[in-house]
Amino acid sequence: MLKVEGIDVYYGDLQVLWEVSFEVRENEIVVLVGANGAGKSTTLKTISGLLRPRKGAIEFDGLRLDQTPADRIIGCGVVHVPEARRLFVEMSVEENLIMGSLSSAAKARRQERLNWVYGLFPRLRERHSQPAGTLSGGEQQMCAIGRGLMALPKILMFDEPSLGLAPILVQNVFDIIKRINKEGVTILLVEQNVRQTLSFCDRAYVLENGRVVLQGAGRELMTNSYVKEAYLGL
Amino acid sequence: MDVFWQTLVAGILKGGLYALIGIGMTLIMGVMGIINLAQGQLMMVSMYITYVLFSALRIDPYLSLAIAMPALFLLGVLIQKYFLNPLLKVDTILPHNQVLMTVGIGMVLTEVIRFIFKSDYRSVSTTYSNKTFFLGHISFSVALTVAFGIAVMFTLGMFLFLMKTDLGRSIRATAQDKEAATLMGVNTGRITVITFGLGSALAACAGTLLAPVFYIFPDIGGPFTSKAFVITILGGLGSTVGAIFGGLTLGIAESVGSTYLGMDYENIIGMIIFVGVLVFLPSGFKRLTKV
Ligand SMILES: Nc1ncnc2c1ncn2[C@@H]1O[C@H](COP(=O)(O)OP(=O)(O)OP(=O)(O)O)[C@@H](O)[C@H]1O
Ligand SMILES: [Mg+2]
Repeated sequence: MLKVEGIDVYYGDLQVLWEVSFEVRENEIVVLVGANGAGKSTTLKTISGLLRPRKGAIEFDGLRLDQTPADRIIGCGVVHVPEARRLFVEMSVEENLIMGSLSSAAKARRQERLNWVYGLFPRLRERHSQPAGTLSGGEQQMCAIGRGLMALPKILMFDEPSLGLAPILVQNVFDIIKRINKEGVTILLVEQNVRQTLSFCDRAYVLENGRVVLQGAGRELMTNSYVKEAYLGL
Repeated sequence: MDVFWQTLVAGILKGGLYALIGIGMTLIMGVMGIINLAQGQLMMVSMYITYVLFSALRIDPYLSLAIAMPALFLLGVLIQKYFLNPLLKVDTILPHNQVLMTVGIGMVLTEVIRFIFKSDYRSVSTTYSNKTFFLGHISFSVALTVAFGIAVMFTLGMFLFLMKTDLGRSIRATAQDKEAATLMGVNTGRITVITFGLGSALAACAGTLLAPVFYIFPDIGGPFTSKAFVITILGGLGSTVGAIFGGLTLGIAESVGSTYLGMDYENIIGMIIFVGVLVFLPSGFKRLTKV
């Protein structure tokens, strides 16, 4: 479904990704794990068209995303829930959700999706007219996920959705991701929370200093001696 | 007491039009993060359009709104698309080269108009230019009162547009977080172009409405750019509601200054308020209005 093939990505003259390749198949949950600065966010930003690879290709259902204008990518069903939420802080919760449904297909089903998202996150319904910037961290994450869901995603990419959340909320977010996946949405998840994500994903890729160094089924990697030592502290 | 009320009314009427110019500049400030220092000059161009339509074709200024506003919208779109956006792609030693470009554009507009119309003072003397009516003991300029009403209408219209339409929301979203707006499918380049067009059209609206009561000459733009600048700062850089308060405050302050201190003080008062706000209320009225 989504194929990233040997991309090199730079910030100006500074190269941060080297020949990164991976694949996400329909209905899978795939995780990209790695330490701070490994290039996880850079990878997602490149898929969303905010950055362009200097080499390599990104393909989604036969479409070259690396040649698609950034503002058209969400309309293809490739939806990015960015690091640190990036809500429109001065807009209300509902307006933020509405901003997720600008494409004509999403706009046609706006009201129906809005109700569905409110069903998923009753807390958002309670706070629908409150400025998004005044929500708690957990509520902001719900709002960011809701905004992504409004866009009728085929694949939903999360960049560290557990960042800054209490452990109980982290579990909550992962449950919701699982549930979204059950409804037929493919998931690409970026996480530092290695233990928790490896146990629930289908497959995982380990990114180190801008390179993919390991890949495999989640459970398999859990027992990999290198992963154990470097990421699980065992 | 009548003098006071009279002064207040005159200030509010003028302030409503200032607000219109200020909102235009504020929108541009919010989305592009730059002060458009050609705002008054764009207003000046619309005054000349109104003047030509009136003197050559006898078109009433209120009708020429329908021509001047779209014309300036288009001019604004062209400026943003061909003069400002390309600068984003150039590496320069000056970080704010877009602002400098607007200064240059303001100068070019002024000189082009001077070339065509010379520096002579022109006027659009309609039958209502000098008419007044009374409510109690207070006189209202007909032209300014109608202008105020139309300005309020356009301001409300602008608000509804920004709050209730997808395009309006996309403009606000781009102002708040450009990258996130792109992720939501907003073509932010197009938004900057539309925003500059809208800002110019609002300046055109003010210019056309003011044409019947002001002498028109090429250099009238400069002082209005300063006023818009003061209003935008008063409003708290990028806050539209703040800009309305800013416009009214400036209008009233100028009016009070010229009544109680003398005509010469009109402009000085504006500057005193400007400095006062920077010192005592650094984030402008936005602190108070929160929008
Ligand atoms: N805008 C930028 N300009 C220059 N360098 C950048 C920029 N953004 C990121 N980098 C660099 O690129 C590298 C990868 O950053 P990236 O944000 O992709 O890491 P990450 O894996 O998401 O890390 P984290 O877990 O901390 O979010 C880092 O070395 C970072 O310093
Ligand atoms: Mg990151």
